[in-house]
Amino acid sequence: MVTIQNLHKKFGQNKVLSGLNLDIKEGGIFAVLGPNGSGKTTLIKAILGMVIPDKGTIHLFEKNIKNQSAYRNNIDYLPQIANFPSNLKVKELIKMIKDLRGRAANDNQLIKQFKLEPYLDKKLGNLSGGTKQKVNIVLTFMFNSPLIILDEPTSGLDPISLLRLKDLIQTEKANGKTILITSHIMSFVEEVSDEIVFLLEGQIYFKGTINELKTKTNQPNFEHAIASILTENHA
Amino acid sequence: MLKILKYSFYDLMRSRWNYVYFVFYFLLGMVLLFLNNDISKAVITLMNIIIVLVPLIGTIFGVMYYYNSKEFTELLLAQPLKRSSIFLGQYLGVALSLSMSLILGLGIPFLFYGLFKSNAIWNFSLLIITGSFLTFIFTALAFNIALSNENKIKGFGYAILVWLLLAIIYDGVFLMSLILFEDYPLDKFSLIGTMLNPIDLSRTLILLKLDISALLGYTGAVFKQFFGTNFGLMVSFIMLTFWVIFPVFRMVYKSKRKDF
Amino acid sequence: MNNWVTFLIIISLIITSHAQNIEVCNACAVSTITAAIAQAKDYDTITIKKGTYKEHDIIIDKPLTIIGENYPVIDGESKGEIITIVSDNVSVDGLFIINVGTSYTEDYAAIRVRKSKYFVIQNVVLERLFFGIYLEKSSYGKVYHNKIIGDAVEEYNSGNGIQLWYSNHIDIEHNYVEHVRDGIYLEFSDDCIIKNNVSANNLRYGLHFMFSNNDMYQDNTFENNGAGVAVMFSKKIKMCNNTFKENWGTASYGLLLKEINDAEIKGNTFEQNTIGINIEGSNRIIYKNNHFISNGWAIKVRGACYTNSFTENNFLYNSFDISYNSHVNDNVFDKNYWSNYTGYDLDKNGIGDVPYRPVKLFSYIVNRTPETIILLRSLFIDIIDFSEKVSPVFTPDNLLDNHPLIKKMSW
Repeated sequence: MVTIQNLHKKFGQNKVLSGLNLDIKEGGIFAVLGPNGSGKTTLIKAILGMVIPDKGTIHLFEKNIKNQSAYRNNIDYLPQIANFPSNLKVKELIKMIKDLRGRAANDNQLIKQFKLEPYLDKKLGNLSGGTKQKVNIVLTFMFNSPLIILDEPTSGLDPISLLRLKDLIQTEKANGKTILITSHIMSFVEEVSDEIVFLLEGQIYFKGTINELKTKTNQPNFEHAIASILTENHA
Repeated sequence: MLKILKYSFYDLMRSRWNYVYFVFYFLLGMVLLFLNNDISKAVITLMNIIIVLVPLIGTIFGVMYYYNSKEFTELLLAQPLKRSSIFLGQYLGVALSLSMSLILGLGIPFLFYGLFKSNAIWNFSLLIITGSFLTFIFTALAFNIALSNENKIKGFGYAILVWLLLAIIYDGVFLMSLILFEDYPLDKFSLIGTMLNPIDLSRTLILLKLDISALLGYTGAVFKQFFGTNFGLMVSFIMLTFWVIFPVFRMVYKSKRKDF
Repeated sequence: MNNWVTFLIIISLIITSHAQNIEVCNACAVSTITAAIAQAKDYDTITIKKGTYKEHDIIIDKPLTIIGENYPVIDGESKGEIITIVSDNVSVDGLFIINVGTSYTEDYAAIRVRKSKYFVIQNVVLERLFFGIYLEKSSYGKVYHNKIIGDAVEEYNSGNGIQLWYSNHIDIEHNYVEHVRDGIYLEFSDDCIIKNNVSANNLRYGLHFMFSNNDMYQDNTFENNGAGVAVMFSKKIKMCNNTFKENWGTASYGLLLKEINDAEIKGNTFEQNTIGINIEGSNRIIYKNNHFISNGWAIKVRGACYTNSFTENNFLYNSFDISYNSHVNDNVFDKNYWSNYTGYDLDKNGIGDVPYRPVKLFSYIVNRTPETIILLRSLFIDIIDFSEKVSPVFTPDNLLDNHPLIKKMSW
């Protein structure tokens, strides 16, 4: 589904990705982890075509994405910071995205699920961070795309919404979708992900299930496993 | 691209600034036309103001819009849309809404005044055409500046600098060099110097209308051909168009290579 | 004037009492004008019927009235002068004269009046001419309602439409002159009145005075000439209610004054000329109630001009109102309306509270480096003009209109 070969990217003097190779099969939930500045967001943005790689190729659905845009029809993306044009109303934003994609969507169901009805006529600029994130989630999940990318999906969510988000992720997984997640909340990652991809210094340090990671690092729990990778490498 | 244009335009049409801009031109037009009751004087004043103000507002507003709509842009970038359409759409949205404010803001007072009765219609069209050209040129320059500068404050700084440079400093240097080299034939040089600055270019269009009697007092044959025939008008329009196209191309080029 | 009216009456009396009428036509017994003149007695009338008469060097040497019916054509076949009047009391009316000969040594004219008085030339149409109507040492005549259409291309081989040379007390009215060298030219001619004429598209001047005094021209229109009117080396000329329009070009003026004293310039309109009035060495001239509209330079003063007064004029939308090339000013500007005035009138007396400086720094710069004209109306230029206005360095300090009007003058 996603094949990345020898991906390089630097911003100024700062090398973010250096020769990253990654292969993600269809179906399942993949968590992309790594310390701050390890290139998680850059990797995701490269997949989305927002960051242009210096070197290397990215194939999605067996096609090179270079200078393409139509492939994004098959991706749903939840950005890290949910900021929207503040002049628009929630309703209008949803309508606009539907219009831009030109596809049918199950937005009504999601709006109900996240209890957004009272906010539909409010301007986006007047919403709280959590509500914005909910709108963000609705926008992401309303299309039925085979690849879903979630960048820090939990930020600002209240516990109930968090539960609903988890349900949503599981439902999509059951529908056979591929889901890429980045998150700092280890418990969340541990709970939802099937496989993790650990980035370190612009390369894949580890790719496998959580159990494999635990075995590899000889740690009983996930958080410690992660911590041990970091301390080992920094020592 | 048209969809983006639609949404940008729609978004801007509700922005406060656009109304401020509209109201400003509306009041200006009203005051000049009705308090003065002298259409020729009003047109001259309007032309002087437009030449200076439209570029300033175009650059500032363009830069402001770009930085303010960064999130919107990122939202769009994740959608199956071409980058060129995203930026062209946004650019056209800004340029069109600014031009609309200008056209309506000045158009309504002129309509009240009796646009179609007098020969004011020609002056008005010239005002609108130059104003719109300047809006398109300076909005494009603003987008170029913003695309090249992640830092907002730097971007605004450059925008104001570009305006200062083209509106005032350029003419100062131009004047000094004309005086310095006055012993040489300068008519070609002065015309080329004018072509290279869109503000001077629009000023030339206005000179052709208002000061043709003075311009024809100069001896040079090149001048005479330029100002005495439609040649000058055509060349000016072609150059103005070029001044729109060039920054727009650079904007598209730059946007394709930028990381977000 | 009175003389002249009595004379007309006498002439008409004579005509009605004893005068004979001779008819000329192509098929008549008398088929040429020359023959008719030879036959005619003093104060006879010669009527020329419609037709074409190929004649030149027609000399009218006795007091006759020559009337064309339905504009008979007199074709000079470019062989020389066509009609020469050498007698007093001749009247020429209703002829269509074409093809005057061109010469570099002699000034051939369609109609020449030589040393004669009390003549009338009216309703004559002249085409393809060298000189049109040439008055030489003649006086008390009238040139009325003629149309002169030349085809002049170069100054050196073309002549003037109506030329006066040592001719006094002439009335020139309601004529239309175009495409000649000078529309109307007066040299050493005093006490003439030039009224209601249109002089347009001429190579050099619409109207030209040289060494002529006490003349008056009014209600004329001068349009698109090399220069509208040139008044040189003359005294006491009155110029009233004329229109000077679209005289465009490098050395193009609505009105050119050179070595003129004691003239009056009143109620004229100068519109869209490169230079409205160009003044050189002219003193004690009164400029009053004139309109200067959309000229490149409304008034260009080129030095040696003293005690002139500019009052109650309208200066509207000129690129430059006044241009001066010296630092001294002895002329008075007062109570004019300047459309470029930006002052205010707090006491509401119709007079601006701040004096107006009609000379801008930029006009000096343009005088020095003409190419800088391209920077006209630039913000930078406005800034330097403003600083000059605040503290004058280059422009004469006392060159001010202390009572600029707030509203346009109308009268």
